Amino acid sequence: MPEAKPSNTLSIMRMRLGSPQTSIWVQRMPEPTGADDKRIAIEARGIVKAFGQGPSALRALDNVSVSIRENEFFTLLGPSGCGKTTLLRLIAGFEYPTEGAILLHGDDIAGLPPFKRPINTVFQSYALFPHLTVWENVAFGLQMLGKSKADIEARVAVMLKLVHMEELAQRRTDQISGGQAQRVALARALAPSPKVLLLDEPLSALDYKLRKEMQIELKRMQNETGITFVFVTHDQEEALTMSDRIAVMSRGKVLQVGSPWDIYDKPADRFVADFIGETNFLKASVVSIENGVARVMLASGTEIVATIAEGFQPRDSVTVVVRPEHARAVQQGGQLSGSIENVVYFGTDTHIHIKLDSGELFTVRQQNSRTQSCGFKVGDRAGVEIAPDAAQVLRD
Amino acid sequence: MAKRHFDIKAQPGFAFLAMFTFAALYLPIATLVAYAFNASDSVSIWGGFSLKWFVEAWNNSAVQDAAWRSLVVAFFAAAIATTAATMAAIATTRTEPYRGLSFKYAFINQPLMVPEIVTAVALLIVFSRIKVWTGYSGLGYLIIAHTAFCIPFAYLPIRARLESMDLTLERAAADLYATPWMAFRRVTLPLLRPGIIAGFMLAFVISLDDVVITEFVKSGGQDTLPTYMLGQIRRTVTPEVNAIATAFLALSVVLVTAFFFINRQKT
Ligand SMILES: Nc1ncnc2c1ncn2[C@@H]1O[C@H](COP(=O)(O)OP(=O)(O)OP(=O)(O)O)[C@@H](O)[C@H]1O
Ligand SMILES: [Mg+2]
Repeated sequence: MPEAKPSNTLSIMRMRLGSPQTSIWVQRMPEPTGADDKRIAIEARGIVKAFGQGPSALRALDNVSVSIRENEFFTLLGPSGCGKTTLLRLIAGFEYPTEGAILLHGDDIAGLPPFKRPINTVFQSYALFPHLTVWENVAFGLQMLGKSKADIEARVAVMLKLVHMEELAQRRTDQISGGQAQRVALARALAPSPKVLLLDEPLSALDYKLRKEMQIELKRMQNETGITFVFVTHDQEEALTMSDRIAVMSRGKVLQVGSPWDIYDKPADRFVADFIGETNFLKASVVSIENGVARVMLASGTEIVATIAEGFQPRDSVTVVVRPEHARAVQQGGQLSGSIENVVYFGTDTHIHIKLDSGELFTVRQQNSRTQSCGFKVGDRAGVEIAPDAAQVLRD
Repeated sequence: MAKRHFDIKAQPGFAFLAMFTFAALYLPIATLVAYAFNASDSVSIWGGFSLKWFVEAWNNSAVQDAAWRSLVVAFFAAAIATTAATMAAIATTRTEPYRGLSFKYAFINQPLMVPEIVTAVALLIVFSRIKVWTGYSGLGYLIIAHTAFCIPFAYLPIRARLESMDLTLERAAADLYATPWMAFRRVTLPLLRPGIIAGFMLAFVISLDDVVITEFVKSGGQDTLPTYMLGQIRRTVTPEVNAIATAFLALSVVLVTAFFFINRQKT
């Protein structure tokens, strides 16, 4: 089982998020190989974008550098106001960087206006032209490129088929549903075969079920067209399930770029660990370090092993993070102990909130069995068993 | 029960004031319209129902002449004013705010603030000079004068429409390879059309209605319908004037109603 390699990220992440307990035993999956030798589609180099002037200027982007590979599903993930849309608008050409360069296949495009960039956008509000039909919307970019009538008709037909909108081709765009509008926006942006497609929270206006469907459709379309997708979201689950790589942003900075695996399993700092999924934080101090593994002493006095990055010294005070699904509540033993504060049943799994003897709160998440409950009630004493390799030392 | 809000309708005298206002506004108009259908020669003594004054006005060549001139002037003035107003509206909305922008608003809307008589006198002086120099004394002067005071009326609905328009649509056009000119032609202009039509109609009605500036600027024999009516009233008043006014009123009501509906249209 540990070596099983699911065929794509989508199913891996389904497994991890959907039934967390199974993933305890498949945690150290290798990063999908062969990604590094891919060519770079978009590169942002030292981008600064300041709004306003002088000392009151707001740095919406502060020295951002990212490389987005060809044919990649790349996601910008971060809380509201962190600069995701701003970065997208710089790539599209609606804004120009205060400092830095944007390269498309190695050429600096920072000075090109949007209509000269082979990059298309799916806007958060879709921005379909209300005075045109679905068909005319999809044809717009092709017409502006001066394609022949026959080419346009053929291409629009293909695009409408791709998004399952053939029947509604002659509808006005104010007479279609949100999900349909979203698909038309996608078809319109894909029709001119851009090198890069930018998507600004395209799913945020949809209800849960439609959103799940569209996530799969988007992934399918990206596979079918082979176009580089730069996708913006503030939904971490969406980012994990869909992306080849994710850039986690906060306050105008990119904190970490990596595969969903990296981001989830090896968060670079406390913000990333906290933003992506639930996690437990424990105060600790480093006892010894050897080969990237540290012995750390927790507040309770217990020593555990945890993976550690470069640059730490023994006796440093640090934070140890443990994902809730990487630990189990046990009747006896375990590295930590405490009393049960709350047991929350979630259908497929149960979240057990434990107040540790050190006073810290710790959550474990375990899969439900068909025949019996987790066996704990509020007030019971319990131990916490942390899976091997699951604890990780982070800088505060 | 205590009233929680200040309710103007509950104030003493409200009903009376409301009735009085409506009466003051509409009673004279109602009287004017009623006497347009008077069979007698008087505008104050009812002599039975008749359409004869409408027929009379219709067949009066001076009325025909003035009406036609009014329509020609209004059409050209509104067309030129709307074009200028559209350009002005785009220039003042599709830009980052800058120092001096509010001055430009004031400048464009200047005819709304300067007393009409001042504009009229000023135009009279300038145009009389030009008439002497060029020897031209055609309708051009009236059209230019009307264009000038029509611009703010055309400008306001167009600007309102531009301001409420979603800027991402223009951005989307640019994103889809439309040059600024194509984005304007294919996206901004079609979406702006209701505003432009509304602006045109408003300008048209305002031009039709003008007395003061026309009276000063017109050359001999260049009466428009309102100045013709003014001239008539100075002599003997017959219900023919009422008939003309009624027809005029009907036309204005139709145009303003159409303006209202076009302005409400969403796309
Ligand atoms: N035109 C502008 N003028 C001034 N400040 C701006 C402008 N555009 C964006 N900002 C600021 O830049 C910061 C980043 O904005 P941005 O729209 O990129 O955030 P975001 O990550 O897309 O957030 P959200 O998830 O809410 O869409 C915000 O603090 C925002 O207020
Ligand atoms: Mg945004």
